[in-house]
Amino acid sequence: MNLEEYKGVFIYAQQVDNHIDNIAFELLGKAKDLAADLDEKVTAVLIGSGMTDAMVDQLAEYGADRVIVADDPELKDYRTEPYAEALAGIINDYKPEIVLVGATAIGRDLGPTVSARVATGLTADCTKLEIGDFPLEAKPGVEQKHKQLLMTRPAFGGNTIATIACPDHRPQMSTVRPGVMQKITPIKGAKAERIDWKHDFKPNDRYVEIEKVVKKVTETVDIQKAKILVSGGRGVGSAENFKILRDLADVLGGEVSCSRAVVDNGWMPKDLQVGQTGKTVRPKIYFAIGISGAIQHVAGMEESDLIIAINKDESAPIMDVADIGIVGDLNKIVPKLTEDIKAELAKKEEV
Amino acid sequence: MKIIVCIKQVPDTAGGVKFKPDGTLDRGAMLAIMNPDDKAGLEAALRIKDEIGAEVTVMTMGLPKADAVLREALAMGADKAILMTDRRLGGADTWATSSTIAAGIRRFGDYDLIITGRQAIDGDTAQVGPQIAEHLGIPVISYAQKIKVNEAEHTVEVERQYDDRYHVLKAKMPCLITALSELNTPRYMTPKGIWDACDAEIITWNRDDLETLKDEDMGLAGSPTKIAKASDKVRKGKGTVYKDLDPDQGAKTICDALVEQHYI
Repeated sequence: MNLEEYKGVFIYAQQVDNHIDNIAFELLGKAKDLAADLDEKVTAVLIGSGMTDAMVDQLAEYGADRVIVADDPELKDYRTEPYAEALAGIINDYKPEIVLVGATAIGRDLGPTVSARVATGLTADCTKLEIGDFPLEAKPGVEQKHKQLLMTRPAFGGNTIATIACPDHRPQMSTVRPGVMQKITPIKGAKAERIDWKHDFKPNDRYVEIEKVVKKVTETVDIQKAKILVSGGRGVGSAENFKILRDLADVLGGEVSCSRAVVDNGWMPKDLQVGQTGKTVRPKIYFAIGISGAIQHVAGMEESDLIIAINKDESAPIMDVADIGIVGDLNKIVPKLTEDIKAELAKKEEV
Repeated sequence: MKIIVCIKQVPDTAGGVKFKPDGTLDRGAMLAIMNPDDKAGLEAALRIKDEIGAEVTVMTMGLPKADAVLREALAMGADKAILMTDRRLGGADTWATSSTIAAGIRRFGDYDLIITGRQAIDGDTAQVGPQIAEHLGIPVISYAQKIKVNEAEHTVEVERQYDDRYHVLKAKMPCLITALSELNTPRYMTPKGIWDACDAEIITWNRDDLETLKDEDMGLAGSPTKIAKASDKVRKGKGTVYKDLDPDQGAKTICDALVEQHYI
């Protein structure tokens, strides 16, 4: 493998029902930084059926210099095959230095399959990517490689953190947790070069058959986009009692989220769950109300700027990560807090 | 019908993460358990066995002490257990791990279905299952929330979970499925099962038994990804906890902080 042949930063632009997922824009934001450090270009890979120029333009506005499109009726809905065939084929033809894939329910299937097919390493669920030296410190007798992709990821339920490199194989591949990287402000009217990748998709035994697509009906908001989250746990007591959290969220222009226990009790839908098996969030303010703070929950919210916990138990683990912890009865404190904030905002109006 | 279930012994992060006084992990104080997603995969295999009959083989790669999870699997109702253990296999990343397990499966030979957990709670990568399938050249269905075997057609029908939907997929066997914990509630070991598992034979293979495994694909040296730095995450410094405020004071403390820090 001639490592020098591999150039450029590629991202997999995940789309579902011909809508590009937010994760694609987040990856583009990061890819732009990495490409600037390497003095290379950003390419988005778009795979599906009926991929329009409008979709290509959208990727351009978020930072893609070039979009390679695989468009075929066989690619209508996601299936490991033939999507892996397309992405691996494009990697083999275009030889990127770096390939980023979202750590989504799709990317965590496509990523490992493709990395094994092109015989390179894959670092899962990264939360930080940067260009640097490997090994980090120069050591006598050990070649230090420069301009390597350094991929940082949590493991062990978020209790350990490792920085990983892939020094002798290309491309360097990583899946990236949604909600972690920052997308850029779209550049209106930006254009990218569109390349249509031609391939004959011939169904074989590895193409599974989709018998049915069952969509969940949801009217829930995307909690990863919220700047302020008012999150409730088992301590809230009932589905009805989430109203006091809703009221607090409303005065602050925030959204309501929850812990796993709340979903397990059927009080809130799974889409609103924060944590290892739910979503990773990093709002400006995170209220943890009646949440004990199991390690799996904390892993999904500890990057929030300001964490405020209200809990009757002073020894709850959430108190260890909270910037402000109030020990007391949430049923009394939360409505009072809503009133106080309302009064404060009214005061500001007057000025 | 022959089913192979790949399982892993992991430290119990869900049940009791222990910290040392300096805020780093105390691994020695944690229990070693069968990875939860793998256990759901084993249960799914045992249910197929109960319904239509199957030979269920559990396989793991790890330290010699990993035989504990194999014996647990036997006590739950698995028929055979294989331990792949060798210092030369240690330090493997997901590429090297999946290459090794695939070589073990090739040595085992005949199979209709391979079930793995979606991910292990120590690494959380979710990569090894799909990569085993890739090495073996068979279809993979990840994130299974329901599995139904059709013996006559030699196919399997699986509900594959996504964020906002699920797909009902049909795959030809042999294929590999990765199981979600939501798939089922694993059964307990039976007293007789525990008794029998105590002195059941565990087939043990070392590197030399894995003939199709290339040296360049195994262990630390055969791992494309290299650790540059690893550290236990030191928990963020504790903020201020107010214990003795009445509700009005509590609310005011939060509100004042929001004003002071310009959030409102």
